[in-house]
Amino acid sequence: MPEITYREALNQALAEEMERDESVFLLGEEVAEYDGAYKVSKGLLERFGPRRVVDTPISELGFAGLGVGAAMTGLRPIVEFMTFNFSILALDQVINSAAKMYYMTGGQIPIPMVFRGPTGAALQLSAQHSQACETWYVHAPGVKLVTPGTPADAKGLLKASIRDDDPVAFMEGELLYNMKGEVPDPDDGDFVIPLGKAEVKREGADVSLITHGKMVNLALQVAGKLEKEDVDVEVLDLRTLRPLDVDAILASVRKTNRAVYLEEGWPYVGIGSQIVTTIQEEAFDYLDAPVLRVTQADVPMPYAKNLEKLAKPDADRVVAACNRVLYRD
Amino acid sequence: MATKVHMEALSPTMEEGQIVSWLKSEGDEVSNGDVLAEIETDKATMELVARGEGVLRKILVEEGGTAPVGDVIAVIGDEDEDISDLVDGDEAPDETDEAEESEEDADDEAEAEPEAEEEPEEEDGEKPEEKETEAEEEPEDEDGKEAEEKEPKEEADAAPEKADAPAAGDEERIKASPLARRLAAEEGLELSALEGSGPGGRIVKRDVEKAVEEGVPGEAEAPEVPAFEPAAEEDYEDVPLSQMRKTIAKRLVESIGPVPHFFLTVDVDMTRMVDARARINARLESEGIKVSYNDIILKATAMALKKHPECNAHWGGDHVRRFNRVHLAVAVAIDDGLITPVIRDAHLKGLAHIAQEVRELAGRARDKKLKPDEYTGATFSVSNLGMFGIEEFTAVINPPEAGILAVGGLEERPVVVDGELDIRTRMKLTMSCDHRVIDGAQGSRFLQTLTSILEEPLMALV
Amino acid sequence: MPKTETQDEKKTDANDGAEKEGGDEGIDRFDREQLHHFMREMLLYRRFEEKAEEAYAIGKIGGFCHLHIGQEAVALGFIGPLQEKDYVITAYRDHTQALAKGLEPGPVMAELFGRDGGVSRGKGGSMHIFGAEQRFMGGHGIVGAQVPLAAGMGWAIKYREEDQVCVCFLGDAAVNQGAFHEAMNMSAVWELPVIYVVENNEYGMGTAIERVSAVSIEERGEGYGVPTHSVNGQDIIETWSFVEDLVKEVRDGAGPQYVEARTYRFKGHSMSDPVSGTYRSKDEVEEKKEKEDPISVLRERLFDAEIMTQDELEALDEEARKVADEAVEFAEDSPFPSEEELYTHVYAELNEHGRLFMDGRDR
Repeated sequence: MPEITYREALNQALAEEMERDESVFLLGEEVAEYDGAYKVSKGLLERFGPRRVVDTPISELGFAGLGVGAAMTGLRPIVEFMTFNFSILALDQVINSAAKMYYMTGGQIPIPMVFRGPTGAALQLSAQHSQACETWYVHAPGVKLVTPGTPADAKGLLKASIRDDDPVAFMEGELLYNMKGEVPDPDDGDFVIPLGKAEVKREGADVSLITHGKMVNLALQVAGKLEKEDVDVEVLDLRTLRPLDVDAILASVRKTNRAVYLEEGWPYVGIGSQIVTTIQEEAFDYLDAPVLRVTQADVPMPYAKNLEKLAKPDADRVVAACNRVLYRD
Repeated sequence: MATKVHMEALSPTMEEGQIVSWLKSEGDEVSNGDVLAEIETDKATMELVARGEGVLRKILVEEGGTAPVGDVIAVIGDEDEDISDLVDGDEAPDETDEAEESEEDADDEAEAEPEAEEEPEEEDGEKPEEKETEAEEEPEDEDGKEAEEKEPKEEADAAPEKADAPAAGDEERIKASPLARRLAAEEGLELSALEGSGPGGRIVKRDVEKAVEEGVPGEAEAPEVPAFEPAAEEDYEDVPLSQMRKTIAKRLVESIGPVPHFFLTVDVDMTRMVDARARINARLESEGIKVSYNDIILKATAMALKKHPECNAHWGGDHVRRFNRVHLAVAVAIDDGLITPVIRDAHLKGLAHIAQEVRELAGRARDKKLKPDEYTGATFSVSNLGMFGIEEFTAVINPPEAGILAVGGLEERPVVVDGELDIRTRMKLTMSCDHRVIDGAQGSRFLQTLTSILEEPLMALV
Repeated sequence: MPKTETQDEKKTDANDGAEKEGGDEGIDRFDREQLHHFMREMLLYRRFEEKAEEAYAIGKIGGFCHLHIGQEAVALGFIGPLQEKDYVITAYRDHTQALAKGLEPGPVMAELFGRDGGVSRGKGGSMHIFGAEQRFMGGHGIVGAQVPLAAGMGWAIKYREEDQVCVCFLGDAAVNQGAFHEAMNMSAVWELPVIYVVENNEYGMGTAIERVSAVSIEERGEGYGVPTHSVNGQDIIETWSFVEDLVKEVRDGAGPQYVEARTYRFKGHSMSDPVSGTYRSKDEVEEKKEKEDPISVLRERLFDAEIMTQDELEALDEEARKVADEAVEFAEDSPFPSEEELYTHVYAELNEHGRLFMDGRDR
C-alpha cells in the first residue's frame, strides 16, 4: 500500500468525490488560488475550475450560510474553515440552520454538506487559535462529527462524509497534515469508511485507552511505553463522535474492565464526559476502577512554550491515568 | 356568518377571565375590532375586541361571570341569522335529562361546563400520551439490559447490604469495584471476608481472584426475600381513574388546594322525625337508652351511603376506592381539639346500637382513651354543631375520605307546604365533597336519599 | 438598473383617492381578472391571519406567532409575479408569504396548530413554515439568518446555470445583522440572482428603525453596489408592477437587487406583544390603518375605476372567510403527531454503525 500524507489523503478524497458527483463543490477562504491555507485543496482549482473551487471573502457566518442555502436546493457543498476556531463565527448557521433544517421542515429539506478544517492546538498559536471545537458541534442533534486521526481514516471518512445526506463536521488536525501513513491505492477501488465505526488501533487486555482524532497517535505512543512495563493497553479510536460506536466501547471495557479517555479539548462537558457516562450506564458491572479522563488543562491555551506544554495532555499524564485505573500506583 | 366570541388569553398565563363589564349589549351593532367587554385576567383588566361583524346576538356569560380561556361567551351574527346551533349546548345545562351525562351539570354551571368541554380536547392531546410514555419507559429501560448482567448485580448488591453491612456510617460500608462485587457473588464469596488492595481499601478484581486461588472460604447465602403477599381482598372496589377523573382531580386541586372541596346544602324537614324519635325513645326508656338526633342522622347516613358507594369512598392518588362497608367517623369535640371515633359497619347496626356505641366512644374520647384503630379507618364523617345553635356550616374533609356531612341545628320555621303557611321543624345539612372523587350529581343523589329517610322515617324500611 | 424614481407619485396615489380623477394609469396594466385576484388573495391572507390570531388567543396555537396583517401587499406583490420554480425565503413572519407561494391554507394552519397534517408535520410551527415542493424555503427564526441562505440559493441557481430567481424577505431590523452584510457582499461579488426585500414596517419589534440605524435602509444596499429601490408596499398595483419588471431583469442576469418595501404592521410584533404602547401611539396605528390598509387602498382604486362593485367585494370576502374557516377545520381535524415522530427527521441518513441519539431512551 502506498504511504501518503494526511494532507494528500484529504486532497485525494476531495478530488475523487468532486469527480464522482457534479453537485459537490468546495468553498472557503484561500481554497482556490492560494491552494488552501494548509494546501489541502492543492491543484483542485486547476482541475475543477472556479465554479467548483471558490475563494470566499472572510465571512465565516456568511459563506457557511451560503453553503447551507445551496444544500437546501440539493447541492453538496464542502465548506472549509481555515480552522474550526473561526467557525465559532458561523455557529448560528451550523446549529440553527444546518442541524435543525431537516427536523423543522418535517423531513422536507435535508442538508447534505460538510464543514471541514483543522481543530485543536498546533504549536504556540495561543488562546484563540488552539481550541478543540468538537463539543460545540457534537452537542447539537442533527449534526454528525468525524475526527480522523490517520491518513487512511482521513480519506475513507471524508469520502463517506461527502456522500452522507446530513451536515457533517469533519475535524482534521494541523499537526496531522504532514503525517504519513498507508492508504489504499486509488486504482484499487473506491475506499470509503462508513461513519459510526470505531477502530481498535492496538489490541490489548489490561486497560482501554479510548480516544479520537489527533490523540490516537499519543495513545499509541503511550501503549508502546507501557508495553515495556508489561501493561497491555488497548487503543480504541472512535473516529466518529456522532454516530458513536457504543458497542465498540462496551466490548473493549468488558474485556479490560478499566478505561481512560484521552482528548485534546477541555474537560468540562467534554467528549470524555459523554464516554464516561455511557460506560458507567452500560458497563457498570464490568468496571474494576473509575473511568478517568486526560484532557487539556481547564484554561485558555497559553502562549509561553513551557505553559503550553503543561496545558496539553501528554504521555506522562496518560501513563499516570492508566496506572491509576490499574491500581499500579 | 355568525362568529363565536371566545374568552381569550389576554395575558400569557391567563387560564380564565371574569367579565367586568359588557360594553356592548345584545342587539348592538358590532364591527371588527370594537371593544366588546372588559375582562379581568389574572393580572389586569383588559379589553376584549370583536373578531367579527354584525350584531351582538347573545351574551352567554353575564357580567361578574367567569369563563375559562377558549369558552364561548357571546355570539355575533347577522340580525336575522339562526344562531341556535351556537347558543345551544354552550348555554345552560340540559335540564330534562340528568340520568347519564348530568354529573357535571348538577354542579355549579360556571365551573362544570368548561370542564366538560375541555376534557375531550385534552384526551386527544398530549396528556394521556405523556403519561403512557412515562409509565412505559421505566420498565423498558430495565429490560434493555441483559438479564445476565442484571441478576448477579442484584445478588451482589443484596449480599453485602443485607447480610454484612448494617446501614451504618461510611466506615461500615464495604468498598468494592462493581466488577469485584459481581465476581465475588459469582464465586460465592462474601465481600466482608476479602481484603481490599485498592485505594481506601477498595476490593478490586485482583483481590477476588487472589481469594479464589488461596481458598478463603466464604458463603454468600442469598438472603431470604420474603414472599410478596398481596393484601387480602378487602371489602372495597378499586376503580381505576378515567382520563376525565384524572383531569378533574388535577384541575380542581390546582384551583383550591390539595383537596378540592365543593359543598352541597339541603334543608331537611325533620317534623316527622321529631315525632318518630319521641316514640322510639319512649319505647327504649326502659332499657335506659336515649337516641339523639345525631344518632338518627348517623344511621340514616350509613343507610344512604350503602346505597351510594360513590360517596363512601377514598381518594387514592391514582385510583378511587369505593367501600362496600360503611365506617362512620363522628367528630367529637374534646378539650384541646377534636377527635373522630369511628362506628364500624354502621350500615349493619341498629339505631339503639349506634346510640350506645357513640356514647361509649365519645366518653372515652373525652378521656383520651381511644385506641388508634378506634379513630381511624373511616369511610365518611359526620360533624354536628347543632347543639351550639349553629344553623348551618361547612366542614373540612379529612383525607383520604371524600366526604363529610355538616349537621346544623333543628329549628322551627314557617314554611310553605302545599300553598299553606305551616310551622315545620327544619334542619340544614351541608355535605363537603372531594371533587376528585364525588361529582355534584353524585353528592346530590346521596343527599336526596338521606333526606328522604330523614323526612319520612318509614323510608328506613325500604 | 437605475434607482427607481417613480415611486413617490404612486405613493401619493395610494394615499389619496381624491387625486385620481381622470383615470388610474398604473391599473391599466392589469385586466379585471388579475385585479380581482389581487383582492381575493389579500383578503384570504387577512382572514387567515385573523383566524390564526383568534386561535392563538384561545390557546390552540402556542409559542410565538407573528402576524403579517397590514403587510399583505408586500407578500402578494413580491411573490405573485414569480414562477413556481423560483425560490422564496423569509424570516419568522411567514404565513402569508407561504400562502402566496402556493402552499395550501389548511396545512399551513395545521402547522400553526402543531398537527401532523401541518406543512412541516407539526415540528416547525408558526415560525418555520416550509414547502420544498413549492420552493418556499421557510420560515427562519434568527433575525437575518435567512439572508446568507438566500445567497446560497442564488448561488445554486448560478451553479446549475438555470434562470430562477430567489426572493428573500427580511425585516428592517435585520439590516443591522452581520449576516446581512456578509450576504450582500457575496451576492454582489458573485452576481447572484437574488432580490432582497426589506419589509420596512418602521419597527424592529418595539424599536423604531431610525433609533438604531446610522444610515437609512436604502443606503445599506448602495454600500455594496447592489441596485437599490424603494416601493410603496401598501399598494399592490404599484408593488406587483414593479416586481414583475424587476424579476424579468434578474432572470435575464441583472444580478442581485435590494428593494425597500415601505409598509406598516397593524398588529404587535408577535401575538404576545402589544399593538401600541411605549414605542408607538395608538393614534399612529389607527391613522395608518385608516389610510394605508393595503386592502382599502386597492378597494378604493378598484371602486374608482369601476372594476369592482361592493357586492363583488363582499362575495370575495365571504369566500376568503370560508377558506380561512376551512383551514381551521382542517387543522382541528388533523391529529397531533404520533410519539414516534419525536425521533424522525433529525437525521436524513441513519448510519448502519454507531449510535446517533445519546439520550439512552428506547425508540
